[in-house]
Amino acid sequence: MQRKVNVWTSIDWLTVTIYLILVIAGWLNIYAAVFDEEHKSILDISQSYGKQLIWIFAAFAIAIIILIIDSEFYSFFAYVVYGLLILLLISVLTMGKEVNGARSWFEIGSLRLQPAEFTKFATNLAVAKYLSTFHLKTYRIRTLIVVGILMIVPVGLIILQNDTGSALVYAAFIFVLYREGLSVGVLIVGFLLAVLFVLTLIASKISVLIGLLILGFLLFGIFRQRLREFIVAISIYVGLTIVLWILNEIFNYKTSMYNIYVASIVLSSIVYIVHIYKKKIAIGFWILGTLFISIGFTFSVDYFFNNVLEQHQQERISELLGVQSDPLGAGYNVNQSKIAIGSGGFFGKGFLQGTQTKYNFVPEQSTDFIFCTVGEEWGFLGTTFVIILFVFFLLRLIMLAERQRSTFSRVYGYGVVAIFFFHIVINIGMTIGLAPVIGIPLPFFSYGGSSLWAFTFLLFIFLRLDASRLELLR
Amino acid sequence: MKSFIEKKIVIGAIIVLIAFIYILRLFYLQVIDTKYKYSADNNVLRYETQYPARGLIYDRYGELMVFNEAAYDLMVIPRQINNLDTLDLCNVLKISIQDFREKLYKAKVYSRYKPSLFVKQLSNEDYAILQEKLHKYSGFFVQTRTLRAYLQKTAAHVLGYVGEVDDKIVSEKPYYKSGDYIGISGIEKSYEEILRGQKGVKIFMVDVHNRIKGSFANGELDTIPIVGKNIHLTISAKLQLLGEKLMNKKTGSIVAIEPSTGEILALVSSPSYDPNLLVGRVRSENYSKLNKDSIKPLFNRALMAKYPPGSIFKIVESLIGLEYGVINPNTGFACNKSLVNCHNHPTATNLTMAIQHSCNPYYFMVYNRIIQQGVSTNRFKDSEIGVARWSKSVKEFGLGQLLDIDLPGMKKGRIPDVDFYNRWYGEGRWAFSTIYSNGIGQGEVEIVPLQMANFTSVIANKGYYYTPHLIKKIENTDTIPSKYLKKNKVNVKPEYFDLVTNAMELVVEAGTARRAKIKDIPVCGKTGTAENPQGEDHSVFIAFAPRENPKIAIAVYVENAGFGGTWAAPIASLMIEQYLTDSISRPDLEKYVIDYK
Repeated sequence: MQRKVNVWTSIDWLTVTIYLILVIAGWLNIYAAVFDEEHKSILDISQSYGKQLIWIFAAFAIAIIILIIDSEFYSFFAYVVYGLLILLLISVLTMGKEVNGARSWFEIGSLRLQPAEFTKFATNLAVAKYLSTFHLKTYRIRTLIVVGILMIVPVGLIILQNDTGSALVYAAFIFVLYREGLSVGVLIVGFLLAVLFVLTLIASKISVLIGLLILGFLLFGIFRQRLREFIVAISIYVGLTIVLWILNEIFNYKTSMYNIYVASIVLSSIVYIVHIYKKKIAIGFWILGTLFISIGFTFSVDYFFNNVLEQHQQERISELLGVQSDPLGAGYNVNQSKIAIGSGGFFGKGFLQGTQTKYNFVPEQSTDFIFCTVGEEWGFLGTTFVIILFVFFLLRLIMLAERQRSTFSRVYGYGVVAIFFFHIVINIGMTIGLAPVIGIPLPFFSYGGSSLWAFTFLLFIFLRLDASRLELLR
Repeated sequence: MKSFIEKKIVIGAIIVLIAFIYILRLFYLQVIDTKYKYSADNNVLRYETQYPARGLIYDRYGELMVFNEAAYDLMVIPRQINNLDTLDLCNVLKISIQDFREKLYKAKVYSRYKPSLFVKQLSNEDYAILQEKLHKYSGFFVQTRTLRAYLQKTAAHVLGYVGEVDDKIVSEKPYYKSGDYIGISGIEKSYEEILRGQKGVKIFMVDVHNRIKGSFANGELDTIPIVGKNIHLTISAKLQLLGEKLMNKKTGSIVAIEPSTGEILALVSSPSYDPNLLVGRVRSENYSKLNKDSIKPLFNRALMAKYPPGSIFKIVESLIGLEYGVINPNTGFACNKSLVNCHNHPTATNLTMAIQHSCNPYYFMVYNRIIQQGVSTNRFKDSEIGVARWSKSVKEFGLGQLLDIDLPGMKKGRIPDVDFYNRWYGEGRWAFSTIYSNGIGQGEVEIVPLQMANFTSVIANKGYYYTPHLIKKIENTDTIPSKYLKKNKVNVKPEYFDLVTNAMELVVEAGTARRAKIKDIPVCGKTGTAENPQGEDHSVFIAFAPRENPKIAIAVYVENAGFGGTWAAPIASLMIEQYLTDSISRPDLEKYVIDYK
């Protein structure tokens, strides 16, 4: 069965309309953010808003070209496009221009292009292509490894460019994998690890450890429902801890309480393991195993945080979690951003009336912190409207993805959802102090040609695929 | 495992849930929490940077060298200017309308929204008048700053100066904003982050009349500035001052080091300048004046001037020759003036006499033996092997090396190596006969005064040095950078140092530097007279004292002053005496040196 449909009638105009609304709203907010009485004309191309208008028209042209090209093209050349973008990432490392410490831009005349932005849709194409391979099982370890490699390559190169924010976006692909067959357990484990990560950083190591222990004993007690066993298990642990503590005091080793707790866990586990092995208590192994993995995880979080993350990254996370407060340093952006948004009130100060964003107190206010302008000038009504619009946009995309007949289009569609979702959550989250400050743009709002074009590519390739979903099975 | 809920529903639910959380948070920030509300009609927030006082600088005995004085800067936020009586403001500030327009234009170019410096460092009287009328000038406000001040006109090259940041620094280091100050040279630059402290910010609400209506959000979002830390230098202010006095009318440098620690006791570069010239409003004008001056007062000769060391280099050759075994303490050479020119002195029948009388032909022969050891029968190849080994040994003494001193801008000097000569003459086209002048510290060898003093402390220590440094103590910390606590060893046996030290004592007792003799203090020294093709010879002297447990090692270099014993030696002698006894017993000698020619 092969029949070509007319793209212009079968394209999802609803999504296109939301896209247009978002792009125009974004443009007006950029105008407001950098508004300057001496350059009042919104069309003045010496100013960011004038330039953004050019990027917008170019984006429309890109969208039209994408729609004209045959949908087969995207699936057929998926790996080629991916390969090309990887080559660009490598070359930007050597030939790129360094801006704000990240070597991730190509400069062509006055135009700056950031290949990392475009790698997102290219990787999405490649992942979709691979996962749509006939008879492939997503839950197989081999499949996951290949998908992992497809992502590790761009992620590694982007980190080398010193642009960690853009690299983190790829974590969003977990949703795609989940949709394609990974069990819900993956999401839950991911969520629990995130909780433990945060706990390790905000609470003291000892309290996390004790918390985990108590949880372990409780679970054991609940599942086994034998009071005597429960009491004996606890007594062994507490007894061992006291013995170790006394030994420590007598011999004056001066080791910390934390080490004593850990040592007695290790020692008492020997007893537990023998017991649960003899009685064949399966749940006991699960609980003990999970306990050890969790403790190991808290150790590695500590190590990762102190030795792998760079200082500014540590500061941003500490600031977010409230461990440290430095409103002029790491917390400056977020603080100013909260003042700007908060000062907007319910109705906002009105278009072009914002003082916070205009006085340049919010850094990067036309790029990463553009949401502040929305908050200050349009108030709670404006921010809620934008968020609901984004939610509507994402849900619509999920709907479109679900109605695809080919795996390729569906996976690609979910990739689009995941990438947009990650950007929106992190970007808005950081302006209101709910997510760490990761420099990634708000789709369609943030100033900049690269990101607008890249998001246009991402979205319109999907709309093109969707338009011809009835043509054939892939 | 089949999930009981459809996956698309799960994903959709997560999206809606997060959106819901965000909207709740926004509702809290924008509607419930009143902290961020202020009348949006007219009031604006003014962010006033709170500048901490810069750390003070003391000398090694705790004597204050650098402190701060208050100054008032007039700042402007162009966009907040409203109904300004320009003429009135110009009168208060004593500037012309033309000037006013230029300044305002510059501020607008920088930013309409951020404060720019308008007039810096107002006098106290101007500030008093301005403060009365400030409410009339919306968009303008006064920022209190501190300026550096100096108790004595000394150590300008060591202390360096503080100046406004330029655009390049602002774009590279986000901490600095236009109008901020930063250490530009000297200690002020090396220890900038310690001295400057941490800026704070106070957020005020300001009405249309430029009046402060109170602090914003009860000051919850303000930050308190952290005062800069005080530091103590290893310099002795008294010794430094004497050094500068002794270098009166002369060009050159004095560097004195405590050998057992590497602490620099004095670092003089002459001609110098008054550090007060580079403070405040007059800085840029004075700077360009000093910069254009033909005697180059801004040039720190102690670290940057590359000089031929002259005969003091014979000490290096002696030590290396002994270590290589090509000479021994009893080696004698005739003073054969056909090899290289010399003055009249008794024939050097051993090494001690050669040092004592600084015999040139003797060191021609020593250097010959060091370079041409007969490893290869080819004369050129043999010299190449010799130079490679010699160059490596010399560099161990810290000569021709960048010493990691805590002052910016040091020059390396030059200890020529094989690569250098291959580039200079071409491979296989040079041999000992081409380069023999190095043997007496002329030729291609070039050393900066700091390296000379450091080398002297190697001799005083009998074979090691600590990297010379100026930091003695940073307040509230126990330690100085670890690079200054590391011993750098030299590969020469201690007994050879004993031999050289004996000879150097004789130089002062009965050799070329009798003028350096101090009553009751055994001084070991070596003179040098560096040939200078452009003019009169340079006068050089290195010394350390007392002989046992030396407390001070010093190098003095006086340009175009002739024989080393005439000027450099007495200067070093006076410095040593001052440092060791805290007094000068020979005022005549002091007067003679200061009067100069």
